[in-house]
Amino acid sequence: MKLHRIAALITRHLYLYKRSLPRLMEIFYWPFLDLVVWGFITVYLMRFQGQLPGAVTFFLGALILWDVLFRAQQGITISFLEEIWARNLMNLFASPLTPGEFLAATMAMSVFKVAAVSMVMVGAAWVFYSYNVFIIGLSLVPFVLNLILTGWIIGVLTTSLIMRFGQEAEVLAWGMVFLFQPISCVFYPLEVLPAWLQPVALANPAAHIFEGMRIIVNGGTLPVNHLVWAFGLNLVYFALMVGWFHRTFNACKERGLLVRVGE
Amino acid sequence: MSRAIVEVKNLTKRFGDFTAVDGVSFDIRPGEILGLLGPNGAGKTTTIQMLLGLITPTAGSIHMFGLDLARHREEILGRVNFSSTYISMPYSLTVEENLRFVAKLYGMSDVARRIDEVVKKLEMEEFRSKVTRKLSSGQMSRLTLAKAILTEPKVLLLDEPTGSLDPDIAHKTRALLKDVRRSAGLSILYTSHNMREMEEMSDRIIFLQRGRIVAQGTAQEITNRFGKSDLEEVFLKLAREQ
Repeated sequence: MKLHRIAALITRHLYLYKRSLPRLMEIFYWPFLDLVVWGFITVYLMRFQGQLPGAVTFFLGALILWDVLFRAQQGITISFLEEIWARNLMNLFASPLTPGEFLAATMAMSVFKVAAVSMVMVGAAWVFYSYNVFIIGLSLVPFVLNLILTGWIIGVLTTSLIMRFGQEAEVLAWGMVFLFQPISCVFYPLEVLPAWLQPVALANPAAHIFEGMRIIVNGGTLPVNHLVWAFGLNLVYFALMVGWFHRTFNACKERGLLVRVGE
Repeated sequence: MSRAIVEVKNLTKRFGDFTAVDGVSFDIRPGEILGLLGPNGAGKTTTIQMLLGLITPTAGSIHMFGLDLARHREEILGRVNFSSTYISMPYSLTVEENLRFVAKLYGMSDVARRIDEVVKKLEMEEFRSKVTRKLSSGQMSRLTLAKAILTEPKVLLLDEPTGSLDPDIAHKTRALLKDVRRSAGLSILYTSHNMREMEEMSDRIIFLQRGRIVAQGTAQEITNRFGKSDLEEVFLKLAREQ
């Protein structure tokens, strides 16, 4: 793994933001819009606070944290799509760049996106709705790190599918993460799910993260068991996904798909 | 004759029932320009893509600098580069940003000086600050060629490098490639559909048809063998026999 190659790829992606309004909108406008809509819903629901169990304001926190996962996934998948759109994959993979270095660079890009989007959303939530996501305290840190890891897993999965199935799979870059949303228990507790679906949700690291966050917001102590489960599952899935990415990459080279992806 | 810098043995690529490249063997010596000729679908691009590690061969071996590509990909590709009419560079970056990115990717030092040199050699000053999206096809070809020679490779794979250049720039590009070959001892694998260009540029030529080598030698040897007056007539004869 050579750092200069990873740095080169990160620089190449950062150049894109210098003069591209749509890419800047992806960081500043869409997350802000999301926050405004959910902010109004929260304000509305707060009028019925007495009749609703739990902290309604968790919606805003949940939205911000869901966006961490979403942007972490997008950071990887969109970086790959950028190379397809620019017909740059051949230039990259005919260079000494390894698939592992490519993934590392896209993961770094996803951290950049998560940081930028989180700053926008946390700031806007504070200014417009007086909502402070840091009420969760220091336990926010391991939860956010786990969410980033979950986002990477979904990102690598999506990227592998796009590499294997080409242009027709590009739509997954925006849709794949929402496949996991119902079983991530972002806006509702696990107990809301039908009994048969709950074990499925518990196999999803994101469900443990959001369940744990809810416990903290409701005044509980740091739910170490959820944190351990989330981290353990993330590690297993991450190792499997990176392995699968390499396998798909080699299969695409066998079938001549790497030079045709995006056609 | 010094040891071959590229050695290809029995290279074969099958996609299902279709055989794109069928037992092709050749070598390229230091400082040599080897022309790869053949009609569309003959297997030229697949061969180049296998040499770049983008497609895994079904059988056969590729050695460069005495190393097996299958096992020493990084070491080999750090000393190889390519240019093709069919590739592009990131559209939203300027020409200079693209070149800087490539230089960093290959771990080059003294990047600014090297970019200045290449930009000057390929007469790219007037559009070095332009966003790549706004380049003409000829300017884009020069950019992809610039990225190929920027990294000071020892082996250059050129797939129709002058395909969209006007005659003046194409002539200058050929002169530049010959100059780089002389000064840096560069070995080049060259494809083109321009027969005169192939005759001018290539020390030896390999003629591919349906994935197989059907003729090889100097341009003169090939034309003599087929009893034709030039390479274009040989090309037409072989292509129409398909």
